[in-house]
Amino acid sequence: MYDKGKIIPGLIVFVGLVTFPIWYGLATTAGPLPNPEKPTNAKECVEPVEFMRSSHMVLLNEWRDNIVRSGGTRKGTTADGTEYVRSLQKGCMNCHTSKKKFCDECHTYAAVNPYCWDCHIQPKETN
Amino acid sequence: MDNSRRKFLKIAGLSAIAGIGAPTAFNGLLKGEAFASSAPSGGGGHGSEKAPTGKRYGFAIDIKKFASDKDLAQRCVNACHSTHNVPDFGNNKDGSKNRKDEIKWIWAEKFEHTFPDHSHYKKNEQLQETPILTLCNHCDNPPCVRACPTQATFKNSDGLVLMDFHRCIGCRFCMAACPYGARSFNWRSPRELDASGNYKYIKNPNPDFPTRMRGVVEKCNMCAERLAEGKLPACVEAAASSEAIVFGDLNDSHSPVSQVLKEKFTIQRKPALGTKPSIFYII
Amino acid sequence: MIEKALSGNGRYFAWLTFLLVIMGVGGLCYLQQFNYGLGVTGMSRDVSWGLYISQFTFMVGVAAGGVMLVLPYYLHNYKVFGKITILGEFMAVAAVAMCLMFILADLGQPMRALNVLLHPTPNSILFWDMIVLNGYLFLNIVGGWVILNAEKKDVPPPKWVKWLIYLSIPWAISIHTVTAFLYCGLPGRHYWLTAILAPRFLASAFAAGPSLLVICALILRKYTDFDAGKEAINKLVTIITYAAILNFFFVGLELFVGYYSNIPGHMHTLDYLFFGLTDHAGEVYDNLVGPMRFSMVIGMAATIALLFPKMRDSYTKIGWLCGAIFLSLWIDKGLGLVLGGFVPTPLEYIVEYYPSKIELGITAAVWATGAFILTVLYKVAISVKLTK
Repeated sequence: MYDKGKIIPGLIVFVGLVTFPIWYGLATTAGPLPNPEKPTNAKECVEPVEFMRSSHMVLLNEWRDNIVRSGGTRKGTTADGTEYVRSLQKGCMNCHTSKKKFCDECHTYAAVNPYCWDCHIQPKETN
Repeated sequence: MDNSRRKFLKIAGLSAIAGIGAPTAFNGLLKGEAFASSAPSGGGGHGSEKAPTGKRYGFAIDIKKFASDKDLAQRCVNACHSTHNVPDFGNNKDGSKNRKDEIKWIWAEKFEHTFPDHSHYKKNEQLQETPILTLCNHCDNPPCVRACPTQATFKNSDGLVLMDFHRCIGCRFCMAACPYGARSFNWRSPRELDASGNYKYIKNPNPDFPTRMRGVVEKCNMCAERLAEGKLPACVEAAASSEAIVFGDLNDSHSPVSQVLKEKFTIQRKPALGTKPSIFYII
Repeated sequence: MIEKALSGNGRYFAWLTFLLVIMGVGGLCYLQQFNYGLGVTGMSRDVSWGLYISQFTFMVGVAAGGVMLVLPYYLHNYKVFGKITILGEFMAVAAVAMCLMFILADLGQPMRALNVLLHPTPNSILFWDMIVLNGYLFLNIVGGWVILNAEKKDVPPPKWVKWLIYLSIPWAISIHTVTAFLYCGLPGRHYWLTAILAPRFLASAFAAGPSLLVICALILRKYTDFDAGKEAINKLVTIITYAAILNFFFVGLELFVGYYSNIPGHMHTLDYLFFGLTDHAGEVYDNLVGPMRFSMVIGMAATIALLFPKMRDSYTKIGWLCGAIFLSLWIDKGLGLVLGGFVPTPLEYIVEYYPSKIELGITAAVWATGAFILTVLYKVAISVKLTK
């Protein structure tokens, strides 16, 4: 190999730089875990917590497509028989009344930036 | 006769597939038309239609009621625009040349503009002065739905032509396709804030309905969200005391709108284009 | 092969730098549009398409024009074009790239552009336009590159590439036909609703594309050692002349149908474009009358001039006449056709459109990008040709 002395250190520096986020994450803590505020007036969400945690965005998309495009029902029922509105604005935020204390808590931690509230009007923060 | 013409076009289209891509567009277009319309393509004169399938909501707008109550039209407009958070950029007032950013779902128009292909020679004076409510026609055969490359605008099972704001890419093909000028585009963000943190262009926003974001097309949705809750469209409700707008399913011969249409003489906008509007005007 | 674009004289790099500066300025303009929305342009609710879509329409024509070299050479074995066919193919590549950029610049939500693929909609002509444009880009870049590479290595080109070339001929017709369908299938826009729109598009394309090609060939002849040859240029000029005659004939047909039938909807836009349109209040709107009349006069004058052998006996004369035809068709199709179609509005209001500075900046940047692509591709092509 020509220029062994340049290529091998170069490769090492390159690999080091590319994997930097991994090293950085191992060496430091990512701060306290998020703690979204739970509603006091309800015990159960529309789906189990694990599903909601991983797939609430999928669910919202399905509701939206079903209601807007295929004339689906706007009413849903939880496992224990509570009725709810299949809607972000009129359903989810009915129990999870604060965007700041619920949505933003995890979204900020995970550095995701969903555009829900670019159009939907978020509930007024009470305090 | 109409059927055989349709068949011929389909065969002609199919045989052209063997050729190149362009003619297949023609065939797809025919398929799309059949897909979009609740009734098969009508034969005979303009506006004659065949046996319907499914629902098809429509209005009969009684122009005389708007002549006797000149503010009624504006009340209907306000009811709609405040329900749906339609922004007012302030550059769409009458007489203002700069209507650049204007967004409107329903508005009062002069007869000669709503019905430009009607003769205006020696027309009844009262008609010329009456504000005519102008809105999306929720066509049974909508050119905008045919044009949309993403199905962001589509016809739902109630015969309403709706917008999916999440899917619209803002190409504005539907605006060029609409022969009624019913569509508006968000040239800028409707949610700009003023100094005190309120929306500058949406006074009293309705928290139950979203606003839009810049870069998408919007238009009248015949209050699909209110119909789902068993309510009447906002403009119909605003005009309820004088029953100036009759609402109902055009495909149901017992619905209020069908009853009125049986009795009164009505006109539609540009029937010669074959779009089959669901909005009728009682003259 | 691309490395040939990396070496050149000072003039070559100065030209590329000049283009890069325009692209940079236009890029900054686009950033503003991206952040604020399309409200930074002159478009409005009533004139909802502007310079971007009109330039797009014109450039589809320039792209399709390349077939006027490919067809005689590959189908009729017209050897004279052998040397410059690659110029036609590479011009098509640059022009289609510009088309795609204009479309992207025109979208209100460019980040969602791929929705067109995610939700394919065969009843929308825009869906087909996307297919034919991308297909044409692919056919020309692959066809041109493979044949040039074979020429460089002094081997015959692989057989399969021939089929791509054959396919590209009807494909060229299809891109402009589908682009015409975007307009002529819309009810209620009288100026566009005409079956002759696609033929008229093709006629103007087969004049405008080859005109630009002749100008490029003459520039190459002046500044490089590459000479397209007198016979090739002459044949191109003949093609341009007849295509331009057909185009103006079609324009005449439109005028006849509009004014003899006397149907107001058919006359309105023609009035607006050529005489000025008066609204109910008596105000006259005529911002396109000057350009449109100028376009007709120089276009027809140049076309007639090209019929006289005396007017084509020098490259200078040919260059100017082709330039005049190109400019004429650019005004007619790149301004009048799209902008005029929106006047009057469906409710018969008259709203005029003027592009904004930002819009002009973005448009200039797309042109500069197209010129940049064209320059690089031509540099590669003539380097290969000249080293042989």
